[in-house]
Amino acid sequence: MTTSEGFIAPKFDDDAGRKLAIICSKGTLDMAYPGLIMGNGAVQEGIELHLFYTFWGLDVIRKKTIDKLSLTPVGNTAMRIGPTSLAMPQTLGALPGMSSMASWMMRGKIKGLGVPPVHEFIRQIADAGGHLWACRMSVDMMKLTQDDFIDEVEDIINVSEFLDLSRGAQIIFV
Amino acid sequence: MPTASIAGREVTLNDEGFMTDPAQWNEEIAAFLAGQIGIDPLTDEHWKVIRFLRTDFGEQGETATIRRVSTMAGVDTKALYSLFPGKPARKMAYVAGLPKPKGCV
Repeated sequence: MTTSEGFIAPKFDDDAGRKLAIICSKGTLDMAYPGLIMGNGAVQEGIELHLFYTFWGLDVIRKKTIDKLSLTPVGNTAMRIGPTSLAMPQTLGALPGMSSMASWMMRGKIKGLGVPPVHEFIRQIADAGGHLWACRMSVDMMKLTQDDFIDEVEDIINVSEFLDLSRGAQIIFV
Repeated sequence: MPTASIAGREVTLNDEGFMTDPAQWNEEIAAFLAGQIGIDPLTDEHWKVIRFLRTDFGEQGETATIRRVSTMAGVDTKALYSLFPGKPARKMAYVAGLPKPKGCV
């Protein structure tokens, strides 16, 4: 028989009943990650998670685009040259091949941090019980169907269904 | 810092109840800690995860994240969530006598 004195056990149920809903509206490689990282963190803490993909965000869950997400330095004044504070000249960013180079560099940095590529990350979240949804209006506007989306997307839902699902949740817009 | 006697051994704990010195840990303590959070008994699969965490901590100096365990210990994400339900990253670190993982994924 194992005995103990002066023992305290951690509280692992302090997030019981907590819900998080993240509206993902962007389809670039850099903006695909905030929702995934926060969402993955949430499921790891036992928090019920709903990722709602809308408008440009649909690119993140489409079979044809999920592995081709990219980012562009054009119009992004936060894009620096390496670790310096020097802004990337906008005209340089517009040269052919700069977007693919920036995307390639970012994929490398993400991998270096041990963060998975987008589809693998989504699988990990779905395996952990997180839910993924596509926005009905955006899907109709782009003339897409359920078949266009990766298997982890449970359904195409409208705003009122999303509001039902996210009742009592904290909602974040990305 | 609180101390407790578990299985006849003195261990120091932080305010949350996590062990602060991985060297004080042994398998008997792991079984006790697991029982305290509703994991009883520890199966071979639990031990596979715990042993990986201990070895990896010894080599890396920090606690492996879920991502690291699922890709390197041969226990997939789904299994990790069923072995250590609710808060798998924290629970597995707790039972292994290690700090909570610092990484986000």
